[in-house]
Parts: sequence; C-alpha cells; structure tokens
Amino acid sequence: MTGYRLPAGGAVDRTRPLGFTFDGRDRSGFAGDTLASALIAAGVRVVGRSFKYHRPRGIYSAGPEEPSALVQLGRGPWSEPNVRATQVDLYAGLEASPVNVWPSLRFDAGAINQFLSPLLVAGFYYKTFLGPRGWWRRVYEPAIRRMAGMGKAPDEPDPDLYDHAHVHADLLVVGAGPAGLAAARAAAAAGIRVVLADDGAQAGGDLLTSSATIEGRPGAAWAAETAAALGAMSDVTVLSRTTVLGLYDHGYAVAVERRTDHRPPGACPGHARQRVWHVRAARTIVAAGSHERPLLFAGNDRPGVMLSGAVRTYARRFGVACGRSPVFVTNNDSAYVAAIALADAGVPPVALVDLRPVPPPAASKALADRGVEILAGRVPVAVHGRAGVRGIDVRALDGDRTTGSLRRLECDLVAVSGGWNPAVHLLGQLRAGLTWDEAHATFRPETLPAGLAVAGAAGGTFSLAGCIAAGHAAGEDASAAARGRGGRRPVPATAPEEEAETPLLPFWGLSQGSRGKAFVDLQNDVTAADIALAAREGFHSVEHVKRYTTSGMGTDQGKLGNVTTVALLSRALARPMGETGTTTYRAPYVPVAYGALAGRHVGALFDPERITPIHARHVAAHAVFENVGQWKRPHYFPRNAEDMARAVERECRAVRGAVGMMDASTLGKIEVRGPDAARFLDRFYVNPIASLVVGACRYGVMCREDGMVFDDGVVMRLAPDRFFVTTTTGGAARVLDWFEEWHQTEWPELKVFSTSVTEQWATVAVAGPRSRDVLARLMPEADLSAAAFAFMTFRDVTVAGMPARLARVSFSGELAFEISVEGTLGEAMWDAVAEAGAPFGITPYGTEAMHVLRAEKGFFMVGHETDGTVTPIDLGLERMVAKRKDFLGKRSLSRDDTARSDRKQLVALLPDDPGTLLDEGAQLVDEAVLRTPMPMVGHVTSSYRSAALGRTFALALIRNGRARIGERVYAPLVRPAAGEMMVSAVIAEPVLYDPSGARRDG
Amino acid sequence: MQRFSFFQLALNALDRHRSWPAFWRAAAPRESYDTVIVGAGGHGLATAYYLAKNHGITDVAVLEKGWLGGGNTGRNTTIIRSNYLWDESAHLYEHALKLWEGLSTELNLNVMLSQRGVLNLAHNLHDVREGVRRVQANRLNGIDAEWLSPEQVKEFCPIIDIDARRRHPVLGATLQRRGGVARHDAVAWGYARAADARGVDIVQNCEVTGIDVENGRITGLQTTRGAIRARRVGLVAAGHSSVLAGMAGFRLPVQSHPLQALVSEPIKPILDCVVMSNAVHVYVSQSDKGELVMGAGIDAFNSYAQRGSFHVIEHQMGALLELFPIFSRLRMMRTWGGIVDVCPDASPIIGRTPVDGLFINCGWGTGGFKATPGSGWVFAHTIATGEPHPLNAPFRLDRFTSGALIDEHGAAAVAH
Ligand SMILES: Cc1cc2nc3c(=O)[nH]c(=O)nc-3n(C[C@H](O)[C@H](O)[C@H](O)COP(=O)(O)OP(=O)(O)OC[C@H]3O[C@@H](n4cnc5c(N)ncnc54)[C@H](O)[C@@H]3O)c2cc1C
Repeated sequence: MTGYRLPAGGAVDRTRPLGFTFDGRDRSGFAGDTLASALIAAGVRVVGRSFKYHRPRGIYSAGPEEPSALVQLGRGPWSEPNVRATQVDLYAGLEASPVNVWPSLRFDAGAINQFLSPLLVAGFYYKTFLGPRGWWRRVYEPAIRRMAGMGKAPDEPDPDLYDHAHVHADLLVVGAGPAGLAAARAAAAAGIRVVLADDGAQAGGDLLTSSATIEGRPGAAWAAETAAALGAMSDVTVLSRTTVLGLYDHGYAVAVERRTDHRPPGACPGHARQRVWHVRAARTIVAAGSHERPLLFAGNDRPGVMLSGAVRTYARRFGVACGRSPVFVTNNDSAYVAAIALADAGVPPVALVDLRPVPPPAASKALADRGVEILAGRVPVAVHGRAGVRGIDVRALDGDRTTGSLRRLECDLVAVSGGWNPAVHLLGQLRAGLTWDEAHATFRPETLPAGLAVAGAAGGTFSLAGCIAAGHAAGEDASAAARGRGGRRPVPATAPEEEAETPLLPFWGLSQGSRGKAFVDLQNDVTAADIALAAREGFHSVEHVKRYTTSGMGTDQGKLGNVTTVALLSRALARPMGETGTTTYRAPYVPVAYGALAGRHVGALFDPERITPIHARHVAAHAVFENVGQWKRPHYFPRNAEDMARAVERECRAVRGAVGMMDASTLGKIEVRGPDAARFLDRFYVNPIASLVVGACRYGVMCREDGMVFDDGVVMRLAPDRFFVTTTTGGAARVLDWFEEWHQTEWPELKVFSTSVTEQWATVAVAGPRSRDVLARLMPEADLSAAAFAFMTFRDVTVAGMPARLARVSFSGELAFEISVEGTLGEAMWDAVAEAGAPFGITPYGTEAMHVLRAEKGFFMVGHETDGTVTPIDLGLERMVAKRKDFLGKRSLSRDDTARSDRKQLVALLPDDPGTLLDEGAQLVDEAVLRTPMPMVGHVTSSYRSAALGRTFALALIRNGRARIGERVYAPLVRPAAGEMMVSAVIAEPVLYDPSGARRDG
Repeated sequence: MQRFSFFQLALNALDRHRSWPAFWRAAAPRESYDTVIVGAGGHGLATAYYLAKNHGITDVAVLEKGWLGGGNTGRNTTIIRSNYLWDESAHLYEHALKLWEGLSTELNLNVMLSQRGVLNLAHNLHDVREGVRRVQANRLNGIDAEWLSPEQVKEFCPIIDIDARRRHPVLGATLQRRGGVARHDAVAWGYARAADARGVDIVQNCEVTGIDVENGRITGLQTTRGAIRARRVGLVAAGHSSVLAGMAGFRLPVQSHPLQALVSEPIKPILDCVVMSNAVHVYVSQSDKGELVMGAGIDAFNSYAQRGSFHVIEHQMGALLELFPIFSRLRMMRTWGGIVDVCPDASPIIGRTPVDGLFINCGWGTGGFKATPGSGWVFAHTIATGEPHPLNAPFRLDRFTSGALIDEHGAAAVAH
C-alpha cells in the first residue's frame, strides 16, 4: 500500500465519493477519477499479470498507451475484457477485476512461467514441440492455448446500442491540447467549418496537468474557456471523449465517441453507448501530443515503476500520490517538472537520477531548493521488490556500461522518463515520412501528404509556447486554404518562454553489467535480450523482429516500446536508426468495439429486408418465407398444419388443374430508354432483341464475357426507344451494374439510360387453365382469346379499375398472365385477383411450387442449373443463340473447351424408385459401387416430387448428357439413418411435362 | 543447419541463448544463377526449397524486394483447407494439405498447424445446395467432408447463434475437420531456413525492376542490387505479378485488389474452429495467442497500396455480430491489408509463360496460403523439368484462351 490521496489538489470532486469494487473488494474514489487514479489512491499496487511470465504488474501510465493495467470491466452482458484502467472514468458501482490470473491475482498459477523463463525466450515455440507425431495437436497446443488471451469475452449478447454519424468539414483537428486548441481557434475565427476531437472528457491535454499559464490564465482554465467558446460557434463541432482511430485517403477520418461509458451500465437507455464518426474534412491537423518513453533497466516492469509524466498527472489532476518515497530516473528535462510537482504536492522525492552528467541548471536548482538530491550521470541497475518496488540500485554511467560502486535508494516508486515520442501513429497510417530526430532521440514526421498538417508535440515541438504557435499557424494555414486566401495573423495566445532544454541523452539500456530482465514490451513480456536474440538469429527487418519477438503486438500496439525496439535492433546491427525505420502504423489508434463498428447494422438491419407491396397479404396467409437475395419471398403457403411437401403439392395441383396466383414483384425490373436502346440490349442478350416489335415480349438470356450464362428474363418493347427488362430476383443489381459498366466504359457513345424500376411495380402472376376466366371477370370487355391476345405479347389495360400492364408470359407451361400495376396498387390488385378467382379455387403459390412447375417443363433457373460454368448451349438453348449478331460472350463460345460437344449438359433424371428424392447438389457417377476416389460425371441441380408426373424427378448437368438419354447414372447419398447409399436414376429429356407445349394457350 | 528441439533449447538456455545461429545468411546477390525465384513469399521460398530438395538444383537465388514473408504470406488469415469443388483444385489443395501435415517435421520448425476444423456456413437454400454438392464431390475425391445441420453446427461451435429468426439464419454447414490454421510467418521462416541450409541464396531488399529477354528466351534480371543472369526464372510475386509480367512483355488475366484482415485484442479461448460464411461474409478463427483473426471480401477497386477502405471493415462487423452476438463488446486491435492477385476463375496460374525459361506462379488471390507447400512442390517440378506436374497441368495460363477454366468463383463461391 503506497499510493494515497493527497490532502488537497486535483480536479476530482471530493464531495462526491463513488464506491466501486476491484478484484472483489470494495473501494472508493471520487467523481472525476479514472479507475486507475482511484486504484492508486486506494493503495492498490498490483493490478494484473503480464501475458507470458505472469509477472505482477501495476499501473504504468495515465493514458491510452497503458500496457499493464488491463481489467475486466462490468459483469454479465456488460462484461468487457482488457479495458485500460487509465481510460475508465469512475462511476458509482463500477466493478472491475484483473485479467489473466488464475486462481487469483496474488496466487497465480501461471507465475510458474517465471521459473521457466530461461526457456521461454523469443520464438521458443518455433524451436520445440516438434515431436512425437501428434503431440502438438493433442498435448502441446492445447496447453499453450490454455495460456492464451488476457480477459474473457462476455457470454451474452451486448445490450447496448451503437450508432454512426457523418460530418463534413473544412478542417478536422485531432487533439484539444494547447496546439489543437490554438489551431481550432485560429481556423474557426476565420469562419470555416471545424471539427475538434479529443480523447478526454475535458479539453486541454497536457494543460490539465501542467502548472503553466496562458495569457495569464491557468492552462486548464484557458483550455476550458477556449473549448467552450469554440463549442458555442455554429460552424464548430467539439467532440470530447472522442478518439480518432484512423486517417484514410482524401481527408477521411474515423473516430469513436464514448457517450455513456462514464455512466453505470444500463444507465442511459435508448442512448447509443458509442458513436463512430465518419469525418470528411478538406484538411486535417494532427495535434495528438506525445507519449513518454520508459527507460530500459532490469526490473523496469515492477509494480511501482511508472512513467514520470503519469506520476505528475495523478498528483496534479487527481490529487493522488503514486508513492510515499519516489525516485525519479530520467535522461531528459521533463522528469524535473514532475519531480517539482510532486515535491510541491507534499511528496518530496528521495532523489532524481539523471543519466546525463550535467543536469539542467535551473530545474536542478529548483529541485535542490526543495531538498531533493540530484544524482547526475547515474543509471539504475536493479530494482528491489517483486510485487512492488522497495528500492533501486544506481551506479555511475559510462557510455552504455556502468562503473563505480552501487548505491541503493530506498523508495516505493520509480518514476521514469526516457524521452518523448511524438504520437505519429495517425500520420503514419497515411504513410507520412518519418525521420529520426537525433536531438530528441525519436521519430518525427517530416513529409506529409497533401491536406495533412501536424502541430505541437506530435510534430516534435515540445515547449508550450512552441505548441501554441505551431497550432495557430496550422489553423491559419488551413483557413487560408479553405478560403483560398493566404497570410497568417499573429498568435493571440502566448505562454511564458521556458528554459532552454538541456539535450536529452539517448539511452537504450546497458549492454553489459546488469542482471535480470529489462522489458521493452511490458504486456507481451519482450525483453531487451529477446530483441538481441532476434537480431542474432538473422531477423534484421524491424517487421521480422516484431513478429519474432511479439514486441509491439499487444493491446497498446507498441505505443511505449516501439522506438526502443528499433533502437535495440539498430544497436545490435550497428545500423542508423533511420535505416531501421519503424513498423507500419495501422488503424485503429486504440482498440475499438466491434459493436461500434457495426453501428446499427446489426440484427434485422444487418442487411436491409426487402418486402413486396403485397407482403402483408402473405403474412396474413401464414406464408413461410424464403430469403432470396435481400427479398422475403413466400416459399409456400401451408394450410391447416400442412407440411411443406403437402402444401407444395396442393399448390402445384391448383396451377395445373385450375388456377394459382403468385407474387412476382421481386423480379428485377429495368427500363432501358433512348434512341440506341435496341442496339444496346442486342449486345447483351444471346438472342436478338432489336427485332422485337412494340407490344411484344421475348425471353432472353445474358452471358458474361466468358460465355457463361449470367442472368435471364423477359424483355418487353414499350416503344421504339423504350424497353422493359426483367431480371432474376437476386440478379437485379448485378444486371444493372453490368449494363452501366459496359455503357460507361466501352460504349459511351450509345444514347441510352438504364433505370431500376423494381420497386415501382407490383406484379401478380395468374397461372393455370382457368386463368383466362379469372381475368375475364376482372376486365369483362377485353378479348383475351389466344387469337386476340397472343402468347408473348402485352398491352396496357385497365384491370379491376386499375391501370395495369398485362402480359401473356408463362413460367409454368400453363396458360398464364402477369398483371403489373404501380407498387401502391399491389395489394388492391392481389385482392381483386383473389376475389375474381375465388369461384375457380384460385390458390396462392410460393417459390417452391414455382420451381416444381418450371422444372417439370425443363426450364432452367439461374443459380440452380447455372453456376458460372454453364453456357446457353449446355442448357439446350442453341436455337436461341444468334448466329448473325454479336453479343457479350459470343466469341468465348467458340473457344476449344467451350465448344466441346461433350460438356456437361442439362438433362432430367428419373430415379428408378419413383418415391426416392435425390439430394440437390448430389454428385453423379457411372458405377453402381462406391469407391474413392471416383470419377464424377455431373450433379443434381434441382430435385422435386411432382404431382403431375406422379413421381420424383430431378434436373441435372451431366457430361455429354444429351447423348446419354436413357442411360443410368448413380448418386451416392449420405442419409442420417442409413449412412452411405447409392440411388440409381435414368437420364431423360429435360422437358417432362407437356413436351408439345399444348397447354400454353389454355 | 542447427537442429531445433527441446533439448537444443534447454542447452542454449545455459548460455542465455547467445549461441543460436542465424536462421538464414544475409546473402548478397551473385552475378549469375542457374535459377532465380522472384518473390520471397511462402510460395517462392517453398519453390526454392523443393528445387533443392526434390530436384537437386541449389544454384538458386530468391529475390525479395522487401523482407521475406512480408507480402501476403505474412498478412493472411491462414485458413487451410482442401475441400474445393472441382477435381483439379481438390487434388492440388489436398496435396498441399498432406504436405502441411508433415511440414513442421520436414522443416524442423514448428509452423503450428492447428487442424481445428473449418466450417463453411450456409444461410440460404442456394448455399445449402452448393454445400451439399461440394461435400459430395469432396468425399468422392477422398477428401474429408461432412454436412452439418444447424444443430450439429451449434454442437461443433457452441457460440454461433443459429436462431432461425436471424436476418440470415444458419441453415447448415460444411465441415472439414482436417482444415485449420497455421502460423504464417513460421512457414516463410521455415522454408527460408531450410532452403538456405541447402545453399539457396535469399536476397532481401532486392527488387526486380526489369526482365531481360533475348529471342524469346530469358537471360536475366535487372534489380535494385544490380543485374543478375539466370537460365531459368520463376515469378512468384502475388499482387505484383502483372507488373512483372509486363516487364517480360506479356499480359496476365489478373486483377490486383486490396484484401484486409484484422485482429481483436487477445481474449481467453472461446472459438475452437474456423468459421467462414460467404452469404453473411466474414470469416474468423482464434489464434493461439487469443486474438480473433478475421477478414471478409476484397475491396472492389484495383490497387497496389497495402491497405483498404474502412467501410469494408464496418460491414464485416455487422456480419460478425450476426453470427456471434457475444463478440460485440470485444475490440478490434489492428487492421491491415495485402494485395491479392485475382484470376477470373479464382484459380491460380502455375506454369510456362510465352517467354522460354520464364515460369509463373500467381493468381492465388484470396486463398493461396493453404496451398503454399503444394504450390512450391509443383512449381519446382515445373521449373526443374520444364513440364508441369500432373497436379498443376490444368492450371496453365492458356486456359483463358482455351476456355478450360476451373471456376471456383461461381460454383463454390468460397473465398480464402
Ligand atoms: C488479408 C488476407 C487474407 C488472406 N487469407 C487467406 C487465408 O485465410 N487462407 C489462404 O489460403 N490464403 C489467404 N490469403 C491469400 C494468401 O495470403 C496468398 O495467396 C499467399 O500467401 C500468396 O503467397 P505468395 O508467396 O505467392 O505471395 P506473397 O507472400 O505476397 O509473396 C510475394 C512476394 O513477392 C515480392 N515481390 C513483388 N514484386 C517484386 C519484385 N518486383 N521484386 C522482388 N520481389 C517482389 C513481394 O514483396 C512479396 O514478398 C489471404 C491474403 C490476404 C491479403
């Protein structure tokens, strides 16, 4: 127990205590705390265990770079793994527990790995577990897998909502620290549209912790006022608790806003928990700040070793001391600021260890004045204490070795600073050029893609005045660009000048003379020795080293350790840092919930559900629906607890014996219009279209360039320059795309428009020998005789008082009509047809009956009989294929393989046992006895029981099938009860019902 | 080659692992080789290994413009299966799967083949029909395949939601139990190490910038590290195959598209198989480190940039939550992209080119990782003998002229 709440200070509300639990114990913090600050204040030191060695770990940072303090948050459906305690706003009743421990945080079985650690070096698993045969699968991998993972997935669906928002702006500013605020303010003053997004609950970034003043105001107050003023402007959107996750090309950015995570689970019903913002901004300024870097020494992972900036943040922002007797260790000036802050808060550091031989004069004087000893030119060599720091040994530093005698400093907190890394992640995602900045020993952005700017610490500017100036200038530039004007106005906000920096001393750990593990990646337990091993084993690319050692592959994605990894590799290979370079930066900047990414596109809204205007009637009729593409289509209409087979049989009998009606509204419909419409369509269909006369319809088939059938449907000519094309239900969008692709890329000279009108029409198909009688009742004046109204013609008429397009087309082989009306009249027409058909027993039928009826007639169905490998000729349509005109796919039909005469061809199959139904998809073989492997000659594409034929039948594609009519093939089937069995069937002509076509005219 | 074993690991622990040799030499290119392989992905490295091992050809260099294994080999979601529909594909991928089953021993490096079973879900009647068709074809080809009912799917993978009221309910699935995943980097490193040990030069940071052809015959290559003469050259450059073919003066029917993948933060094991869904469009497995590894479809546009569009990822998350509503609060940790080389029939091209002595192996698109050992095996045979191995004979380049396509797009419609 070492951390505690300071008697005063911090921005927490001490009048509002909040109870919470960690690891099953009740704790308490204040409103304004994070879980991390409350845990430290409560004296909790060990908050988790590391991934590989299960070493006890404490809170290391105060931000998104936290590698160690991962917790399981909430319970039941709200449970969430691997949450960084540093980014959880405390609320009353919060429940958190440590991850990756069993049975408990204190007694963790996995800690045995610490003793095995000499074996568990980088990549050990590649070198072992190689035998005996089968052991990897049965023994080793299951054991490794038991160690996998950190937190646990919830076991119930997520009760929360998520949503997406889109915003367009002239400027996106990432980060509302001093640089970002100055940028947003300058740009907004010029009247351009600005979006300002910041991770934190309040704007200010580093100002929330620093003691600096701006324009004479305390930094935090200045930030709050500036943000409030911005928020009040109508063209500015200020987003707090919003993390920009990714920058994409053309000014596109994605951010996530945490809207309710600071409230107890379920406290905001109806509110989206998180919102993903899609920002499209003409320009983007990245002012994302920087991350402090740890120092590399043995034991640098022990609970109580923390980043010095975080120690300062906890003290100043949360009024929390991270220890009673701190030692600061640094190679740069920033730790002095932190040490002074601590001393001023009443926690005088034991000492400040500066690796540099000559410390900064003013800062060290300020510290010395506060009674803090400064040990210059010294370096830590060991940390005492396993579950918490008890002391630290330091020694004089000479290059990357140590000399002289050890000095032990008793302490319970080691606050380290190894320098600062600009947060270049977002810039890196857009492939900004990074350069090695020798002075700050870090990578800094150098070349930026157009439209992107960087300001403040993210760009390697570390002084407050410099950050404000850089932000202001970037904001001015952005507004000038947006308004097409040049010139910058001077910076209005100023901060006092700071003491010139004493140069940082780059330090990448001792090359010799220290024992114990020095960690580069705390979460994945990657040590300096691991990086050296990788380099020795030939992994010279930084990408190889990352993958071999897993450095930077944890949930922090290397925010703390990447630069150190690069440095260690460069040192091992005696290569300049810039040449080694960084690994690739990738979105997201911080991990983001899948639910947020999916937004509202879940459940029923995952994929839009399309229903026809007649849908309600089918629901009322208890239809069972089938998904066809996005459409809901009635599959069959069971009556009185009928099963599917019975219902379909009844529906089929109705159509063949009297009359049935079907909702055909889902078929794709495209109007093709323009002086070149006929020429245009002629190029798509294998059969001639241009010769179609007005008032006539023609069935047509389309191929891809490879000659394979792609879609089919009926084409009507409405006028010389106007066609109405139907497509398959699932193919509507594909066909329209296909038309557009060819029109736009290959034939732009053709004057034609293609417009989807699928939703504009509702279509009722009336099929069966009594269909003419039904129509006659609906339009008594019309002459519907075969002579007056021929097959494959249509006319615009009035049906039951409604304007309608009536066509004589048939997909069942029976006399049939299709009545199309404006969508809104669909229900009325359906009702009218049902009423007019009642005396004839009109029966609604679904897609299954439609399939049986069309298959009895040998009509192929795209997606059943075709699969992208079937030509029109394979389907027996050679007579349709135009010889004289050209069409898409025609040339391919004459290729050697496509022109073969023994290709798989469409035939019917009659099982020897007329009661046996073949499986759709069943493969067909020529031999009656099963063996493997066995040559296959084709497969079953459709298979049904036919009432009209009084037996089962199937359609199939069989090699050389048309020449084999009457021969027998066999289908090996697997039946749940019977196991493997062979079913024999005879090949037949595809048209099994009414081959002469006599029934078509009624 | 220093053997890897538990014993060696323990022995090396004694001197704190200071004596391990490099996996491969940092070879500099020589002026001339008998055979040069362009592209040190899994396929190129496997080709080099089998050239040396099966055919005794060791005067070989593998040239890589970046770091070995850094192309699609190191970016893919590592799904391995052999349950392809058509005989030609089934035989090729099954040969590869058999090699996978002995690969860790063969390479003396643990490639972590994890045969935890691959489910391909069916969500509509069309999927069911095609699933049954593929299972039947696989069985007759001697490849393990099962058709599962929704209840059996649930039993095999308990966290899948099979509720019939979902937008696209699970209507069944194909299962290949021998399918699974492997550690992609280890495959590249294992082949590189084993090829290096047999004398192959693996030259990294060496980009091929030109292909020298005289009288229709290959004579050598121009590279960023100088000119290299070669009697035979094999191009194995995945997404950049068309670029290299262009250098040799011929065209490929290949389109390059970005394909993205992503991982979640590591969580305790929860998903013990590979689940793929084409209709809902996402596929997912869980690594031995605990991350959920997933991907979906290609980005529609053509590109050589190894990153894709965000909306593709958003869409696949909806799909993921359709199948696994309990994943909603888990978090995506990293995304990335590779460039896949897609053929019109979704099958690879392995064989001769219009240039004598120049061979090509490409077009694996979204699903070539699983073929890595088999691809290297048959390509090595093709280069060594000048004639295709029977397994890759159907995958010739001129099938696009003859029309003898092997269309795994339309029929099976299973990517990866
Ligand atoms: C996101 C994603 C997910 C995938 N998921 C799966 C999956 O689950 N299962 C599956 O089986 N497959 C999957 N794939 C496909 C699979 O990754 C590839 O088919 C396979 O890895 C290709 O291997 P390769 O060795 O041919 O190519 P690569 O590994 O890409 O190797 C080609 C190499 O050529 C180099 N190169 C290119 N041009 C030149 C030049 N001019 N000079 C020198 N070198 C050059 C490249 O740098 C590269 O290293 C996926 C692919 C991606 C991108």
